[in-house]
Amino acid sequence: MAEQKTTTGVVKPEIPEADVIHPMENLLRMDRMPHIWCSSCGIGIAVTAFTAALEKAKMDPNMVSIVSGIGCTGRVAGYVKLDSFHTTHGRPIAFGTGIRVANPNIKVVVFSGDGDLIAIGGNHFIHAARRNIDMLVVCVNNFIYAMTGGQVAPTTPLAAYATTSPYGCVEPPFNIPYLAESSGAVYVARWTALHVRRLTNSLAEALQKKGFSVVEVISPCAMYYSRINRLGDGLDMMRFYHDNVEIRHGEDTKNLDIGFQTKIICGKFVDRERPTYMERYSQWLTEVKGAKK
Amino acid sequence: MKANPKDVLTGTYYIDGDVACGYGALAAGCKFVAGYPITPSTEAFEAMCRRGPQVGAVFIQMEDELGSMAAVIGAAWSGVKSMTITSGPGYSLMQENIGFGAMVETPFVLLNIQRGGPSTGVPTKTGQADMMQSRWGSHGDYEIIAIAPESPQEMFDYAIKAFNLAEKYRCPVMIMSDECVGHMTEKVVIPEADKIEVEPRRLFKGPAAEYAPYKPDPDLVPKMAKAGDGLKLYITGLVHDERGYPVKNEDYKAAYVRRLIDKIKRNKDKIIEIREEAVDDADVVVVSYGISSRVAIKGVEIARENGIKVGTLRLVTVWPFPDERITELARKVKAFVVPEINYGQIVFDVARCSHGHANVVLVPHGGAGVHNPNDIADAIEYAAKEKKKIQGVVEHKTRLEKLVFEGGYKLKE
Repeated sequence: MAEQKTTTGVVKPEIPEADVIHPMENLLRMDRMPHIWCSSCGIGIAVTAFTAALEKAKMDPNMVSIVSGIGCTGRVAGYVKLDSFHTTHGRPIAFGTGIRVANPNIKVVVFSGDGDLIAIGGNHFIHAARRNIDMLVVCVNNFIYAMTGGQVAPTTPLAAYATTSPYGCVEPPFNIPYLAESSGAVYVARWTALHVRRLTNSLAEALQKKGFSVVEVISPCAMYYSRINRLGDGLDMMRFYHDNVEIRHGEDTKNLDIGFQTKIICGKFVDRERPTYMERYSQWLTEVKGAKK
Repeated sequence: MKANPKDVLTGTYYIDGDVACGYGALAAGCKFVAGYPITPSTEAFEAMCRRGPQVGAVFIQMEDELGSMAAVIGAAWSGVKSMTITSGPGYSLMQENIGFGAMVETPFVLLNIQRGGPSTGVPTKTGQADMMQSRWGSHGDYEIIAIAPESPQEMFDYAIKAFNLAEKYRCPVMIMSDECVGHMTEKVVIPEADKIEVEPRRLFKGPAAEYAPYKPDPDLVPKMAKAGDGLKLYITGLVHDERGYPVKNEDYKAAYVRRLIDKIKRNKDKIIEIREEAVDDADVVVVSYGISSRVAIKGVEIARENGIKVGTLRLVTVWPFPDERITELARKVKAFVVPEINYGQIVFDVARCSHGHANVVLVPHGGAGVHNPNDIADAIEYAAKEKKKIQGVVEHKTRLEKLVFEGGYKLKE
């Protein structure tokens, strides 16, 4: 077999192209590559972690529906080879509620961004959590509206710049894990795009969890967030996560605020049991129907 | 396919239009309702919630109308017939996902019990001012089907028809009723299940690799699918190709949106339902829909007593609009009289199709009530006597309108 020199000088055997198979090919729509995300964006990492988690959790890909809203992360559904729904801005959780309630055999994963889920879709987020709809919500948080060019988000840290907060953000941001827990989520975790293995494990665990689970993924946006805030490139952001993330499992979600370039606390914060919407519904249905007989 | 006997409450009832519509939807096989309470439509949602468990239908009261519409489309894609129920302000909120539903070709039914607008308007009283919103409410080009029932019996019958049309053409269907019909209590006869024709979902049956969610059949309607069948659907509101993959170029955009429109337009003759009476030798034809068509009956009666030859044309389906038939009539009659509970919506389509051949007279009504039949009779009389051809729409000054103008837009209590 012919040998080839790579840029790092390591000699590798040449593999015929037909044999090159992406390890995630069965879960990704390879015919849609290349994807639209910028280099050093964290969304791709979150997608890889998610597909790995699907395998790890031994989910039947035919029975998982992935729903996204609008935005950079909104494009995730379109790259994952499941039943994919790229819906309207802010509504993926409501759309997923329809899928799940009408067919409780389908596992629903909502994969969307902080603006989509917490700003325009905030109402659906808290109500799905309150009902404890059986779904996994992966919220990629890059602190900014990136698809539209870097406007301020409900997660933009105080004083951080965005194109619509040119003198620094004056609104306090949402603490997503705290919001999720207080609304009723049964599983709440936060990781960054640097913590690939922990994120994968967390997603696998959350996929198997019954009820409304939320995993927040802090992701670098080198194109908008870090550029306007002079934070360097994607690698600098990763370095920042490396140096400033503290893992504190079980931390009270009240303490998880994120300031501008402050310490980010990651970990699994909530893992509890509550009857899901469908459990309550079918129990109630049995009672009503039973009483009718 | 016949209706499932379990879903049909066969019998004779004395119920209101809202409830009748709920029973009709369940008879059609509706298994999912998501809604948000809004006057004057709540009775329909409540009726369905009460009946739901008996027929295995799931209902969920969502946090708002935005979420309701999204959940209805989600449920449709997981394989069930679904619907939502609303009125004016809620209808406005639903527009974003109505457009999404049309774009991704989702069959669902929306019941709009119209009330007096704009904004909060008069929540407890009637209106017909959402007709253009039903046609053009969401952004972009698309076509929907809209039906305007005029009685509780029709609310039952046309709820079934609405579901059948939605399944047949894979598109949103609006039942554009109004508060009067919704709250009107009359005799409703619910037939046996084997007398009710129900359109099954047009599901794809074949190897998964061959399925393309937007590959049209010869009638331009693609086969439907559902999540969980291993087809790996890709459903997006972006302009997409047959596989559902987003495309940005001009050709695809034109081809796709053109088909969305043409699948309704080309099947128009099969969709449109109008009822005509005595139009053949008429001088004047009254074009109306919903509650206004019932009020118009009295107006027509009065005009006939005065010796005027009046015919009636009732739009049972309002969208798509019967362009050709109106044009044909315009060549034969002197004028059209259009009573509607708004300041002119459907009348402009009548004028458009009349092409200047016949005069078009609008009998407006501001809402929160129905027409005085005498106003309709007066308008008919005027239309029959007017010898001049008048460009555009003539607005008939009703008794109420005269009061408004005389009072300087202020009425005495």
